[in-house]
Amino acid sequence: METFIQLTVTGLANGAILALAALGFVIIFKATGVINFAQGYFLLVGAYVVWAGIVDFGMHWSLAILVALVVAVLVALTTERFVLRPLVGENVISVIMVTIGLAFILQGIVQFIWGTEPRSMPAFIPRGTVAVLGVPLSLNRIWAMLLAGAILAALTLFFQRSRHGIAMRAVADDQQAAMVVGISVRRVFALAWALAAVSAVFAGIIVANLFGVSGEVAVFGLLVFPVVILGGLDSVPGAMIAGAIIGLLITFTAGYVGGGLQQVIPYVVLVLILLFRPYGLFGEVRIERV
Amino acid sequence: MTRQYRHNLNGSTLDKGAPQLEVDDVRLRFGGVTALADVSLTVHQGDIHAIIGPNGAGKTSLLNCISGLYRPQKGHIKLHEGEAAHVLTRARPSRIARWGVARSFQNIELFKHISVLDNLMLGRHVHMRHSVWQSFLFFGPARRREIAHRELVEEVIDFLEIQAVRNAHVGALPYGIQKRVEVGRALCLQPAVLLLDEPMAGMNTEEKEDMARFILDVNDLAGVTVVLIEHDMEVVMDISDVVSVLDFGRQITTGPPHEVKANPEVITAYLGEEQAS
Repeated sequence: METFIQLTVTGLANGAILALAALGFVIIFKATGVINFAQGYFLLVGAYVVWAGIVDFGMHWSLAILVALVVAVLVALTTERFVLRPLVGENVISVIMVTIGLAFILQGIVQFIWGTEPRSMPAFIPRGTVAVLGVPLSLNRIWAMLLAGAILAALTLFFQRSRHGIAMRAVADDQQAAMVVGISVRRVFALAWALAAVSAVFAGIIVANLFGVSGEVAVFGLLVFPVVILGGLDSVPGAMIAGAIIGLLITFTAGYVGGGLQQVIPYVVLVLILLFRPYGLFGEVRIERV
Repeated sequence: MTRQYRHNLNGSTLDKGAPQLEVDDVRLRFGGVTALADVSLTVHQGDIHAIIGPNGAGKTSLLNCISGLYRPQKGHIKLHEGEAAHVLTRARPSRIARWGVARSFQNIELFKHISVLDNLMLGRHVHMRHSVWQSFLFFGPARRREIAHRELVEEVIDFLEIQAVRNAHVGALPYGIQKRVEVGRALCLQPAVLLLDEPMAGMNTEEKEDMARFILDVNDLAGVTVVLIEHDMEVVMDISDVVSVLDFGRQITTGPPHEVKANPEVITAYLGEEQAS
């Protein structure tokens, strides 16, 4: 029972971070129709910039996070403006290839500046254990879960309720109609990329706090794909629920089966979903009648 | 409009009868097809200006040029506002909407996944000024203004008699009501010029009569200029002040309905060469 509760907490913490990273992916896909393979590498950029801010430049962690947000948003906006906008109307494969290329570029830049050896993130999330109902739980997981949950809630509320969020959904729904009610599609695209960068930076920082600052952060970021495929590429609630499912699945497999199977299992889910329910649990089913 | 409304739906400050929308020598080509061949016409403030013509005459293309969705190869379209004039042929659609040109589409282009109310609130987008940051906070200025916008939206709902479907998802509504919601969204912009692309297409007689009444009320009582594409000649002749006729992208004539009706070239365009002779 104790193990079960510990695994559940760990799984939900991972799930919340995954959902946060996936949210950015979903927002970009929903608003602009681009499948962003570089999403995981935005986590990497966020983690390294915060690490460098604290360790190399001696900044307070809050300032370091602010700098990372600015850097990531700038990278995202530049990408949108100079790489993806010229590709509007091009075929989907070209756009996907470009985002894959972007992923390698981001990784290359990070390795060029900071090398490949793993480092540990100075702790600004409390560590240690806390006993809940007699079960010892690691404090940083609980914090990670709460933090990711709060940021996820804020971004989701913004997307669902605010004027800018609704404008983004309007563009996702019908671009032509959005234009004639005065919504600037360019601004909405930029905002989508900026929001995705913000969610990725927070996810990256939390991941780095749990697992250290290394290329592993991007590997964790890759788990975004099973999550969005399971939840549905264009569904915000889908990203959250699928995040939790994948998070729990990984820790339960690790805890009860082991043997490295936990690293494979998310991708097994990905393949199964693609075979049997290609639109995911909550994705919009697109039927084209020709 | 039977009731006194607090908000003025007309976004134009021009005097009635002043030239408002000037289409000057506009040419639009798609490859080898000439959709508009040097079309010039002037819409005056306060008019219902109908654009008619057989299928493929270029009516919708003209509307698309005005709202910035198409960019003509030649010519200008100007929108007068006070002393100033905006050149629509060089602006993006979102900017043109900001200048007060609102429209509906032939094949309804509503946001199908959200409610009627949210669709209409999106019609207020151009008038909402708060920034992303204020949006994030929500409380404070963003919220106060949202309430003010909601008042106007409620008046439009009342005016178009769609109270009952306020919270319904647009995709689930009957066609006639969707058409009405689309006109409502355009009205929420408080337009200077309202472009309606076949607002009565596919409607039954009763729905047509309702729509005609709404258009007349918007024009008569609120003073909004309406540019209307419509195939039902009876309706067109009944409600328009001015009629322009297009055929194969060429403008045949522009004038009051009774003159246009009697124009031999118009009869030829509609009925074909032999019947006319």
